[in-house]
Amino acid sequence: MTKTLIRYLPLLILALVWEMAARFEWVSTTALPPLTDVVRAWVELLLDGELLRNSASSLYRIGGGLGLSIVIGTVLGIGMAWWKPVNVLLAPIVEVFYPVPKSALIPVTVIWLGYGDGSKILLIFLGCMVPVTIGAFNGARASEQVMVWSARSMGAGKLRVLWDVVIPGAMPELLNGIRTALALSFILLVSSELVVAQKGFGFLIGSLGAGGSYDAMYAVVLTVAFLGFAADRAYLEIVRRTLAWRSVT
Amino acid sequence: MQEPAQIVVDNISHLYRPPRGREVLALDAVSLEVRQSEFIALLGPSGCGKSTLLYLIGGFLPVEKGEIRVDGKAVAGPGPDRGIVFQHFALFPWKTVRGNVLYGLERQGMAKAEREKRAMDYIELVGLHGFEDSYPSQLSGGMKQRAAIARTLAFDPKILLMDEPFGALDAQTRGLMQMELLRIWQRTPKTVIFVTHDVQEAVLLSDRVAVMSARPGRIKTIVDTKFDKNDPDIFKNKTFVEKVDEIWNLVKDEAIKAQGKRSA
Repeated sequence: MTKTLIRYLPLLILALVWEMAARFEWVSTTALPPLTDVVRAWVELLLDGELLRNSASSLYRIGGGLGLSIVIGTVLGIGMAWWKPVNVLLAPIVEVFYPVPKSALIPVTVIWLGYGDGSKILLIFLGCMVPVTIGAFNGARASEQVMVWSARSMGAGKLRVLWDVVIPGAMPELLNGIRTALALSFILLVSSELVVAQKGFGFLIGSLGAGGSYDAMYAVVLTVAFLGFAADRAYLEIVRRTLAWRSVT
Repeated sequence: MQEPAQIVVDNISHLYRPPRGREVLALDAVSLEVRQSEFIALLGPSGCGKSTLLYLIGGFLPVEKGEIRVDGKAVAGPGPDRGIVFQHFALFPWKTVRGNVLYGLERQGMAKAEREKRAMDYIELVGLHGFEDSYPSQLSGGMKQRAAIARTLAFDPKILLMDEPFGALDAQTRGLMQMELLRIWQRTPKTVIFVTHDVQEAVLLSDRVAVMSARPGRIKTIVDTKFDKNDPDIFKNKTFVEKVDEIWNLVKDEAIKAQGKRSA
């Protein structure tokens, strides 16, 4: 408990400095409203349902896009590592697509699927699929020959080896790729909602900012930051449990 | 009447194709016969193709020239009649010791109660009782190799292929494991092909030692090393010392040749 407190002490100090900077007008309160005002605005947003409504639609988009990317990216990555023809077909596509800034696709996805959920889900899916595919591919390709041979000599067929040896062996790298995808999904979500959307965190940040409600705008920014942080922590806990075999001593 | 051989290696040649660089003739016209329940060591300098020969018998590498027959049938792939133990254990790190030992039994379709009991029996046989729920990362090198041996013995292959199984262990553990293997082998006599570059180990464990030449690998000679190994002072035993000396002289030239080739 004390340890956690000490660990997050810098954040507390930052909050305090923020509050003072605004209260004593070291900076303009338009640029930085006092933190206490931000908290008050947050409570208001929560009470009038605005925050929950927009959260729900943002989380739906992340869930859809990220979920799809995890399923399809894993299948593609392992397929590329396991069957040469799949690799020959997909490797150049992944290579070329890898460095494309995915935010550049925002207008494209809007043209395809409109202003609603579809374009956001597609964008998150496309962006997140890359790290998931690469993680699954690297993990599956590194599967140890001797382990595969051992399984084969114990009577496991090729598909059995894939399921029993290659996939568990790929897990650490795959889970790492998914973590990158998780962080990326928040970035893509907010940027796409900032550009064109009628709901969601990005939309809320943009419209509150445009309307001059800076304290409320900050409240939404902090909400997204906190959600991203919490999601990463929860994810790390899942990883820790899944890979318990690795860290036990 | 001589019993027909269980494993027949008939005029095998094998090309090793590295991902980069020129292909190398790893094995050149190798023939070998192994009888049932015999313990034979393949001995030679590193790079002589002894592991390649083992992998060919295991069915892990495709036979390109010549033929390998096990119980009269040509080897076309891996199978549970031939169990293998690798130098670096090849345990599944995400499974416990019990999970690893159970794996082969599950693949054989053994009933649950029976395989649970059998797994525990073999864990006990290799002296890992109390560690059945440990993960490989929690075990020492010697314990990992015990677990790997239990995993392979448990599904009861007729033939045990061992690829420098004690090569990654420290000298003391190695000595203990050699004794242990002899004990286990006397209780569950299987045909064993044991790859090593350690002359003492080869003489200590096997009935015959096939000495291989430096690349391209050929079988230079086969030395009979069957004598009473139950002498508690085996390392000072006259027959043992003579055999080690005889084989060491055969291997020495090859080791020097292999060294020369590598530094060239």
